[in-house]
Amino acid sequence: MFGFSMSKEQKMVSKEVSKLVKGLVMDSAHEMDENKEIPENIIQKAWELGASVSLVPEEYGGHGMEDSPIESIIILEEMAYGDMAFAVAATSPSLFINPLVTMGTEEQKKTYLPLYCKDSYTPCTLALNEPHFGADVMALKTTAEKKGDSFVINGAKCFVPMGDKAGHMLVAASLDGVNNLFIVAGDNPGLTVSEREKNIGCYALPSFEIEFKDCLVPSKDRLGGDTGCDYARFIQKTRVGMAAMAAGIARASYEFAKGYAKERVQFGEPIANRQSIAFMLAEMSYEVDSIRLLAQKAASELAAGKDVSRSSYLAKMYAGEMSMKVADYGVQIMGGHGYIREYPVERYYRNARGIALLEGMAIV
Amino acid sequence: MINIDTPEKIVKMKAGLNNLAKGMLRPISRKYDEAEHEYPKELDVFRGMSIMGRKPKKNGDEAGKSKAKDNGEFKVGQNLGTVVSVEEMCWGDAALLLSLPNAGLGNAAISAVATDEQLEKFGNKWASMAITEPASGSDSGSIQASAELDGDEWVLNGEKIFVTCADRCDVAVVWARVKGVEGSSAIKSFIVEKGTPGFKLEHLEHKLGIRASDTGTFVLNNCRIPKANLLGGDSEKKKKTEGFKGVMKTFDNTRPMVAAMAIGVARAAIDFTREQMEEAGISIDYSANPNNVSSLLKEFYMMEANLEAMRLLTWRAAWMADNEEENTLEASMSKAKAGRYGTLITQKCCELLGPMGYSRKFLAEKWMRDSKIMDIFEGTGQIQHLIIARNILKLTRNELK
Repeated sequence: MFGFSMSKEQKMVSKEVSKLVKGLVMDSAHEMDENKEIPENIIQKAWELGASVSLVPEEYGGHGMEDSPIESIIILEEMAYGDMAFAVAATSPSLFINPLVTMGTEEQKKTYLPLYCKDSYTPCTLALNEPHFGADVMALKTTAEKKGDSFVINGAKCFVPMGDKAGHMLVAASLDGVNNLFIVAGDNPGLTVSEREKNIGCYALPSFEIEFKDCLVPSKDRLGGDTGCDYARFIQKTRVGMAAMAAGIARASYEFAKGYAKERVQFGEPIANRQSIAFMLAEMSYEVDSIRLLAQKAASELAAGKDVSRSSYLAKMYAGEMSMKVADYGVQIMGGHGYIREYPVERYYRNARGIALLEGMAIV
Repeated sequence: MINIDTPEKIVKMKAGLNNLAKGMLRPISRKYDEAEHEYPKELDVFRGMSIMGRKPKKNGDEAGKSKAKDNGEFKVGQNLGTVVSVEEMCWGDAALLLSLPNAGLGNAAISAVATDEQLEKFGNKWASMAITEPASGSDSGSIQASAELDGDEWVLNGEKIFVTCADRCDVAVVWARVKGVEGSSAIKSFIVEKGTPGFKLEHLEHKLGIRASDTGTFVLNNCRIPKANLLGGDSEKKKKTEGFKGVMKTFDNTRPMVAAMAIGVARAAIDFTREQMEEAGISIDYSANPNNVSSLLKEFYMMEANLEAMRLLTWRAAWMADNEEENTLEASMSKAKAGRYGTLITQKCCELLGPMGYSRKFLAEKWMRDSKIMDIFEGTGQIQHLIIARNILKLTRNELK
């Protein structure tokens, strides 16, 4: 039924994640960013929410729940509200698990899912983005070539979250001009993981470049088997996920700046009482909602089994532009204090930059 | 449950209304832009149809209420239905929508707060809304038009400007300050019938856009109306519709309508631009990295995304009203976003269209002129931001002026 408000269950999910994020993540986000590390217990606590394995059939170690893109975006927004590095690290196994559940062959599911649906967080990931000018996940430069009973993968990937520790990863590569995903073991001798990347944002997130040189992958590890997978829809699902994360970052910046503006006194009264500041906050408030609504629209269409090429594309594009704008306003409202790392808005500003530039950091 | 996939019922409704807009409004769009103030007689067929505001039904009559839920099956609530209709009609022509018989803003106010007796008497009349005065614009609490009870009659005095449908309406809902009462609770609205002695249409305005709409000035000079014409009746009995607050409340419903108008006009411009792009062989493909596409395409995609955001904010505000949820904040959000971005989108479309955007051979330039009003009337964009800001910052009107 058409509607804009959360159901009781959805509210519960949102509350549960929010509780974890507010209790465990937000207070340590600054420290995590400075130390460039996310404590294992935080990731583990997030893992125990079970979001990444909820749709995995019980026989493979999951919860066998119905696929719910709306619940996914609720969770992703709340997590990214806490910290984007944390959100990507905690949910990166979904980037591997979700496509496997929805597009893998029975054999692939049986072989790989149980490895990553354990009680403890076990890294697995997605190698999608490419480190060259004009990179486009729909026009991959990484190639796969059929050779005997194997595929040979050549190319380079970047921004692979948890790329160093992942037991397996999905690697996006073009096979005879058609985009495909391949299941590749982290210890495959054909791949080389770089030193950890240094990026503008998400300092705490371990991400890596990975080079594939004549990397041999058994034929059976082409996702979906001989016919491949619905790569376009997979990308669309990641776009919706990233839009949801953008809503989280933007909301975090908006709320922090709002609280600051109410407290900060200049010329004898809180700066929130000035139209120039108040109107910026007003704009931030409806842009946060707009980002979320566009993500919800695409997620609703996904849930209805509809084509989401347009809605997911527009959602991510809007999210990229507007989360950047909102995060910019957040820094601007706080003035000099916004520029100081002691306050979180500069981190939101750096992290938001990734939404428009990266692909495949989250999936619904 | 959150599910904002457009329901089949709305898809069908949109398609039907779009046909109507395409068949009835578009063909005469330019004609009445040129023939400013002339009554579009082609619109007479719409008399009796309810596009804006509920049909005149008595209060307490369930069928007239806007409940969206019934037996678990989705029903298009009245507010949502209205914003969907308004978008389609304005895709046809916004000024002509404003010229639809019996669909004035006053009709919306009457639908929202009139007593049963008033609905009976005025529900089928064409009603304009007279608020603005030469010295009172956004600050509608400062209006000076006066009302004084003299026996069984109200005596009204003052000047009202920028009244939509001033020429064509049968009655006007006039805002005035009751003499002897202090503060904003003194402001009430009154139903004044055309032809009442002392009630005069002074002149019609010449405007940037929405030229088919007859915007005019009324002068009230010792205009006497029956006591029973106080809109909403005796305020002691009807707390919810009390005076100034009551009429301000109607804005929670009408602001999303104006947002929907902005959406309709902006979409018209986007659709025309898309047609021209496709004709020029530019393919629209929702998959390539937006950083790799041409500037033209990127601007186009961003306009589409903004249009989607405008619509979702508007549908949310309307849906909340249908579900009897407080929506003052969301209504203003929809109007703020849609008013501003409608203006920006129509400007951008003209820019992208080049010569076709400047020529009056095409409607794009008209849409750019028409859309500007959506960021002005029913509360300027700045006023919407003020309302949003007070709401989110929990500041009073004295703290945030």
